[in-house]
Amino acid sequence: MKRNLKYNLVWLLIAVVGWILINVLEGVGIIDQFAETTLVLIGINIILASGLNLIIGFSGQFSLGHAGFMALGAYAAALVTQAMPTELGLALGIIIGMILAGVVALIIGIPTLRLKGDYLAIATMGAAEIIRIILINLKITNGPAGLYGLPQLASWSTVYVLVVVTTVLTVNFIHSRNGRAVMSVREDEIAAESMGINTTKFKVAAFVFGGMTAAIGGALHATYIQTIAPNDFGIMESISILIIVVMGGIGSMTGTFAAAILLGVLDMVLQSFGALRMVLYSLALILIMVFRPKGLFGTWEFSVKRLFNRKKRAKEEV
Amino acid sequence: MQILQQLINGLSLGSIYALLALGYTMVYGIIKLINFAHGDVYMLGAFWGYFMINKFHMSFWPALITAMIFCAIAGVIIEFLAYRPLRDSPRIVVLITAIGVSFLLENGMSYLFSSSPRDFPQVMDVQRYHLGSVSISNIQILILLTSIILMILLQLIVKRTRMGKAMRAVSVDPEAAQLIGINVDHTISFTFALGSALAGAAGVMIGLYYNSIDPLMGMTPGIKAFVAAVLGGIGLIPGAALGGFVIGIIETVVQALGFSAFRDAAVYAILIIILIVRPAGILGKTTREKV
Repeated sequence: MKRNLKYNLVWLLIAVVGWILINVLEGVGIIDQFAETTLVLIGINIILASGLNLIIGFSGQFSLGHAGFMALGAYAAALVTQAMPTELGLALGIIIGMILAGVVALIIGIPTLRLKGDYLAIATMGAAEIIRIILINLKITNGPAGLYGLPQLASWSTVYVLVVVTTVLTVNFIHSRNGRAVMSVREDEIAAESMGINTTKFKVAAFVFGGMTAAIGGALHATYIQTIAPNDFGIMESISILIIVVMGGIGSMTGTFAAAILLGVLDMVLQSFGALRMVLYSLALILIMVFRPKGLFGTWEFSVKRLFNRKKRAKEEV
Repeated sequence: MQILQQLINGLSLGSIYALLALGYTMVYGIIKLINFAHGDVYMLGAFWGYFMINKFHMSFWPALITAMIFCAIAGVIIEFLAYRPLRDSPRIVVLITAIGVSFLLENGMSYLFSSSPRDFPQVMDVQRYHLGSVSISNIQILILLTSIILMILLQLIVKRTRMGKAMRAVSVDPEAAQLIGINVDHTISFTFALGSALAGAAGVMIGLYYNSIDPLMGMTPGIKAFVAAVLGGIGLIPGAALGGFVIGIIETVVQALGFSAFRDAAVYAILIIILIVRPAGILGKTTREKV
């Protein structure tokens, strides 16, 4: 704890400065309503993608069903805040969504995580589609029309704080003893098993963790955008989260941040192109993948600790 | 009798899925890529058929055959531009590129030809034949027969020709195939051409069957065809055909039972159950893990 106190304080400082910076920019008027929406969507995408990166990049399990958990979080938060349109309701909604998504991830994960590679991808995709189809057919979720006119409880600060919290939790999980066990499963399942690691347990743990963070993202989506429909959480949504992960670099949280920001900004800039927007977006996607197949950052991580150490070493050499 | 009727409807829908699934399974067998753009090649085929019939007043067969040729060329170009530069990259990267190509085709076509659905020209008068209480239309027979003929042709190409032998060799071990003088790049291009041609045929036939085409029509059938390929055992040509028919029949039966809202859910639920019970698919061989 004490050893890393300095670095943790620097991270905290970065987070606080970021928050103040956005506040000031908003006060000055550089960030208007439109830019703020973009910012919030980037934040939500970071939450979603870092959870998926944990599953794909760190535990090595290829999941294509992230939008399913997002849907659970979104509907839980929407239904709770409809009944209780207060800040407490929002918190309660997020927690209920997380528990729900965690339980469902557990139910889906235990049988399907025995599958490998593309089979797992297609099974998780199927599971997410089943969730979506159930949402379409339930009374309480108002069918295909979805829920609208939800109270807007999440502001950009809520999203910002939750981005920071989930990132800290995810990164700490990765660096913990359990996180290393998860990564050993990715590197070599048989070797990990022979070292006495319960591979199923850690795969499911990463899957449940990722599912729960997806629920946070979904809850924020519902309470910021104020409208949700089952079709927002289809395969395309899972794929767009996957694109962020792969583009940033599988197994790099820094990359996830960068890719979410890049795609969010790209989306905002292309807004003015109208119908051509998606054409340019897909072209950009293909070109980035063809010319940078490892993603923007590969597995590189930004680390304050390393930055300090480098400085220290430079001083010693002088 | 009701069951027999549903079986016939299921078979004709299933043969479309089977044709698409064949393309998925061949490409997967040879370069281990889920070719997400495959469903959109099928859409291209449908649009080609639409323009050929409307503008050049072609009849059904020339439209079908030119659509197959056009889609084969499109498939080869897609492979050359988007997938070949990534031959040595991680598979997930190629997958994302495939998704990018799929987006590009969908949105490019929406941009060029508007995203609203159009009526597919009816080049054939629909006739229904009644056998007792079972009715079957000439279009259903046509779809079923054409698909079966194409599948037999494909099986002959893969099993009897030199190129087919090369395809099988590359799918077992690309490096070893290269060592014995097989041009891997040509073989992969040929695989894409074959798979895309089948998708093109499926596109024209579905246009005729459903009378309506639009730029996003490839998305759902594409995913279902991939499910079919996995269900049958991915990489296996008979498996893809079987998977396609199974999915088609499940869909129509669930619909006939009055659960049409849960049609897709039933397909996915069965997929998950089969994957858990038989992870390699219905016809797939389970391989033991070696340490």
